[in-house]
Amino acid sequence: MERNRRLRVMVAKPGLDGHDRGARIIARAFRDAGFEVVYSGLHQTPEEIVHAAIQEDVDLIGLSSLAGAHSYLFPAVVEFLKERDAEDIQVIGGGIIPEEDITRLKAAGIREIFTPGSTLDDIVAWVRENVNPKE
Amino acid sequence: MPSTSELVEKVISGDVRSVARVIRDIDDGIPAVRDVLKALYPHTGKAYVIGITGAPGVGKSTLVDQMIGHLRADGKTVGVLAVDPTSPFSGGAILGDRVRMQRHSMDEGVFIRSLATRGHFGGLTQSTRSAIDVLDAMGKDIVIVETVGVGQDEVDVVRSAHTTVICVIPGMGDDIQAIKAGILEVGDIFLINKADREGSDKTLSDLRLMIDMDQKKYESGTWKPPILKAQAVFDQGVTELLEEIAKHADYLRSVYGDLRFRARKDKVREELAEMIKNRLVETVLRGITDTGEFEEAAEAIVRGDIDPYTASDDLVLPKISLPDPE
Repeated sequence: MERNRRLRVMVAKPGLDGHDRGARIIARAFRDAGFEVVYSGLHQTPEEIVHAAIQEDVDLIGLSSLAGAHSYLFPAVVEFLKERDAEDIQVIGGGIIPEEDITRLKAAGIREIFTPGSTLDDIVAWVRENVNPKE
Repeated sequence: MPSTSELVEKVISGDVRSVARVIRDIDDGIPAVRDVLKALYPHTGKAYVIGITGAPGVGKSTLVDQMIGHLRADGKTVGVLAVDPTSPFSGGAILGDRVRMQRHSMDEGVFIRSLATRGHFGGLTQSTRSAIDVLDAMGKDIVIVETVGVGQDEVDVVRSAHTTVICVIPGMGDDIQAIKAGILEVGDIFLINKADREGSDKTLSDLRLMIDMDQKKYESGTWKPPILKAQAVFDQGVTELLEEIAKHADYLRSVYGDLRFRARKDKVREELAEMIKNRLVETVLRGITDTGEFEEAAEAIVRGDIDPYTASDDLVLPKISLPDPE
């Protein structure tokens, strides 16, 4: 056994949005940064994502949405985490998200939102700085 | 942090968060998890463990997904450990087996966990074995371990199973060659998935031939591995597979009298040797890495000051009286 905590991240696609190119690219970037990435697949409900994240004991959930339903779906994930007593799992989001929604999403407990123009390096750097593997 | 006894209680009562956390501690090599595993041990030995292995893309995860569906309809609870390789370059991994099984994620009777192979010093088998114990102790009736059957490590992992299923697909001639090299012997059941593809009869006869060459399998009273055809994505051949697994379980029961993994001395010896080996390697290697001796020796070899044989003797021999790694 090696004695080191490795960061575990779930990359998830909530809702009916079928565009997962971005999620896959993020998953690869996280892998290349040395994280263990669990990919959820498409069309997940917020509740399914939370159940899976708990079974996988991840430190972070990265939600991707390009279809406009983020204002409902992202906070729903945070709510289900609370309900399951798993608020220690942080949530970030990315996708096509209008500026005016970002403040509301952050108020709802989403730690950070990455919009088009964010580089992979920025996102990885943010995760390294803000998310520590649980002790 | 809950105490060890609280954690143990929660695992036994089936608390998902606690189970997930203990498996994480096993994977991360946290020393305190040993105490949890010791306390869980008396609660293990009830689950039936099925190993599924095969090359990437043969449909293992889809097969596991269908198996879960049937087992659940039968009232059985199921734990799944899906092992995927770690990138040797970054140490990271993409664990995607879950995608095919996500429809079961809300089912309280199913626990699915993705594991990365990491750089375990051959410790993958041990950590997977420990994770099986945790799922067993939480009360899962069936534990399915899915691995990519490419290396010795992955093959060793499925040796922890009661029944090992090897998946192939038609038309991968070289793949069958690869099986011959080492994993043929561990297969209790062979499954030709995607059997609607051209060449499935040829694959069947090739497999039959190779299994028949293993004469030991034809001594009377021994298990003769069946070869099945399936199209897992359409749920065809999955019921038959589960029937064969049940037959294999009957066979094991008739031979050993007891299905518990630790009631079989051959398995116990393997496991104990593995644990001792890991414990020693872990202790010695950590000791010399932490002090910098390992790096110094590597540099000395590169400079040409010493040969690697002498260097390894110098590093290991003084450590023979081992300190407690905790």
